[in-house]
Amino acid sequence: MSIKEIQDDIVDEFSMFDDWMQRYEYMIDLGKSLPLIESQYKTEDNIIKGCQSKVWVHADLEDDKLVFTADSDAIITKGIIAILIRAFSNQKPKDIIDADTAFIDEIGLKEHLSPTRANGLVSMIKQIKLYAIAYQTQVG
Amino acid sequence: MIDVTKIRKDFPILKREVNGKPLVYLDNAATSQTPQQVIDVIVDYYSNYNANIHRGVHALSQEATDKYEQARIKIQKHFNAAKSYEVIFTSGTTHSINIVANGFSSLIKKGDEIIVSAMEHHSNIVPWQMLCERTGAILRVIPMNLDGELILSAYHELLSDKTKLIFCNHVSNALGTVNPIKEIIDAAHKVGAAVLIDGAQAAPHIKADVQALNADFYTVSAHKICGPTGAGVLYGKEEWLNKLPPYQGGGEMIAEVTFEKTTYADLPHKFEAGTPNICGGIAMGAGLDYMNAIGFDEIAAYEHELLEYATEELLAIDGLKIYGIAKEKTAVISFNVGEIHPYDIGSILDKLGVAVRTGHHCAQPIMDFYKIPGTVRASFSFYNTKEEVDVLVAAVKKAKSMLE
Repeated sequence: MSIKEIQDDIVDEFSMFDDWMQRYEYMIDLGKSLPLIESQYKTEDNIIKGCQSKVWVHADLEDDKLVFTADSDAIITKGIIAILIRAFSNQKPKDIIDADTAFIDEIGLKEHLSPTRANGLVSMIKQIKLYAIAYQTQVG
Repeated sequence: MIDVTKIRKDFPILKREVNGKPLVYLDNAATSQTPQQVIDVIVDYYSNYNANIHRGVHALSQEATDKYEQARIKIQKHFNAAKSYEVIFTSGTTHSINIVANGFSSLIKKGDEIIVSAMEHHSNIVPWQMLCERTGAILRVIPMNLDGELILSAYHELLSDKTKLIFCNHVSNALGTVNPIKEIIDAAHKVGAAVLIDGAQAAPHIKADVQALNADFYTVSAHKICGPTGAGVLYGKEEWLNKLPPYQGGGEMIAEVTFEKTTYADLPHKFEAGTPNICGGIAMGAGLDYMNAIGFDEIAAYEHELLEYATEELLAIDGLKIYGIAKEKTAVISFNVGEIHPYDIGSILDKLGVAVRTGHHCAQPIMDFYKIPGTVRASFSFYNTKEEVDVLVAAVKKAKSMLE
């Protein structure tokens, strides 16, 4: 599936929720259930320090696709990471570079991607894009 | 006794909703809200007498200058400074601290020692680290105990003839601890060291008397005392302000300029280069007027009541731990619930209309001390109510049930 198709799916899924509480409960479940990164990659090199929460991101190139793993010390941040990974992981670097994150607004989680939140997510998306740009030059 | 219903009517922002819920504003340690009386002063300034000060012969400039200087005198009287020119207008506490840190570069030499407390805001750590890097001076730290109180016996041991400066906040922003600054100042003076007290967090709750305290420097931000952001003051004893070189060069701070040499203006203008935040300074005075009309003793008594009530109600929540339980503290409660990350609690509280601060509160060394990523901080003002405490407590319970 393309990034756009996955994002549309996520927007569809979230449209079933009636209010913010259901959306948050879903995110919290995502945040609790997923082991998102191998502990060996939870290193200082991979850390993004927000004022609020910490985020770890690691990227691997498998065939011609980029696979992301990430984690956070805050559950809601981790839930959003799970959604971002679902959308951006296992995709070609070129497609990741071209994709946007507008779907996060549509699912009512915009405030968590505000640069002023300082929770590490904005930097994480930037990091995902930077990995994609770096690997794009490798893939050619 | 405070008439909180009447007071709340002065604050237009308290009527608004957030996320469909009535706003419960408990982030007063970050910034206080602005009463209509201060908003009116700001509107009046820009509507009627906006002009540059000190150098115009025209009526508006004279009017603006008069109001600005009247505000300086109000601030002088409030903090009981001996002279009005010992009150330097700045953009706020950070600016005030940097004037002193920068000024001491020329007075400090390699091997000298500077002491800071373990519970400083980053703005009162970083400038001193930079000063130490520039001069080769050594930074020492007054440790704190688990209750969030400074260990004064350790402080006395740190003092020596090498000690040149001590920097300590009057009230900790992250914990609310009221520090024993009089004892800290007196001991420092015995070894000939100067003391800067960061009064940013104390000013909303305590009327400090800089002469009685014998503080060498005292810093305040307007936006914590019902005034606007981008304004504040540095109080400094005349003898110290005369010793320190100017911080920034520019207009307003000079007596005479030729290409060979510039002589600096007298106090306070020596430290007030460029066009200042004129409206901000005047509105800072208006903020103090507003709070003084209510009365600082009344404010302190009422906030103490809120603090006790909120502490009791919050502690009844299973797994909730309060950081900073000093005997002397202002109405600030820093807490965590079990292992739940403060960001998660704060996010849910926001959805419920409750504004708190989460994170390390620009005081990372304190969080490292407690080995936590941060805290949720609820900070109260005289316009908060017990009903709002109840909303906070219910919101924390809701967040806990969702996150555990």
